[in-house]
Amino acid sequence: MSGFAEHYLNLEVLAQYGPGILGGLWVTIGVAATTVVLGIGFGLLLAVLVAARIRLLRWPILAWIETFRTLPQLAVIIFVYFGLPYAGLTISPFWATAGALGAVLSAFAAEIFRSAIQALPSGQWDAAAALGLRFRTTFFLVILPQAVRLAIPLLTNRAIAIIKGTALGTAVSLPEILGRAQSAMAIAANPSPLTLAAALYLVLFLPLVIASRWLEASRVVPR
Amino acid sequence: MPEGLQILIENFFDWESALRAWPLLVQGLALTAALAATALPLGLLLGLLIGLGCALGGRLARVALIVWIDLFRAFPVLVLLILIYYGLPFLGLSLPAFAAAVLALVLNNSGYYGEIFRAGLASVPHGQREAAAALGLTPLRAAWLVVLPQALRAVAAPLASNSLELVKATSVAALAALPELLRSARVAQEQTYNPTPLMMAALLYFVLLWPFAHLVARLERRMLAREAR
Repeated sequence: MSGFAEHYLNLEVLAQYGPGILGGLWVTIGVAATTVVLGIGFGLLLAVLVAARIRLLRWPILAWIETFRTLPQLAVIIFVYFGLPYAGLTISPFWATAGALGAVLSAFAAEIFRSAIQALPSGQWDAAAALGLRFRTTFFLVILPQAVRLAIPLLTNRAIAIIKGTALGTAVSLPEILGRAQSAMAIAANPSPLTLAAALYLVLFLPLVIASRWLEASRVVPR
Repeated sequence: MPEGLQILIENFFDWESALRAWPLLVQGLALTAALAATALPLGLLLGLLIGLGCALGGRLARVALIVWIDLFRAFPVLVLLILIYYGLPFLGLSLPAFAAAVLALVLNNSGYYGEIFRAGLASVPHGQREAAAALGLTPLRAAWLVVLPQALRAVAAPLASNSLELVKATSVAALAALPELLRSARVAQEQTYNPTPLMMAALLYFVLLWPFAHLVARLERRMLAREAR
């Protein structure tokens, strides 16, 4: 047991490298928050543009949704960071990770919003028309609020799954929790930094997972 | 041809680099397929066992299984992989990269699949089990023949969606030095000084996975339509 503790809970190693790894926590939170804002904001915009039936934008938007919903997150991050510089676009690890994850989340969010808008019974449109509401008023005040509510459980689960991808930033030398823990492990020749990293991820994501469970339980049970 | 377009084609669609990278990418693709084909059934099976355990077990078993589910849903799969591949050897447990990747994917997805099966089984009304018992079915046969088929229908969308995510997540094995598709593309890129191999890997992923992504979207639309009513 003492051998286990020496390897995985070595206080000396933790005292030396702990503060650095804790610093990575802020990078992880920063990337995650940026991803959520970019992804859900842009996803909602895309869904609204699709609903507005602007013909010129239809195919580019569909291509965006299909591409980023289908490709693995890590492949997108790697492509943005190692591929785009050849097109003259050099991007920092922070923006490569947040931008790539944001693009992925925006595709899922757009698809979820779009499905939710379509899923609402057409009686909602008819009722609004009967009340004399115009298309725009109906869409933004009647349809969209209901669609967003319908979309929330799916969207929350997806957003949590995608922001867990911040750890992938380590592939493009983003100094977040996992990347810092890995280099500390290599220097100290001891895996205690990894234990700390694992604990930090639990502190960060376990509340989100439990919150999503609570959200799921409060929604209508599928019949 | 406009200069910008020419630069784009030379860099991302260079024929010579593509020819050089192709054998490497095919090898990578085979490894990606092997990873998915190993981890997917194992993850499904473990998840199903966890879900059945929640449905049939006592209170204590259920709490323990839900803790398991939430723990593994909270860990990013890459963190699990790094713990297993780089952390366990300090305990004297060295796994080859392939086994480490499969283990990380299976553990991570046992949480996701476990939750899906648990929720699906819980969504089947209790009367179904009572009716099955009244007909003389044992609890296990009732679960298998009556409850499970209905549960599967209720969770078809998340089940398909999670399976697609599992296949996509095999790319994470690239960071444990396993030469699957993504890592092979990176290696090829460094040999050809050109991101064409990355473009090819992206195209391969897209062409192979898009039909499934399309199916998942259709199932999710159907599920939302059911809930909106």
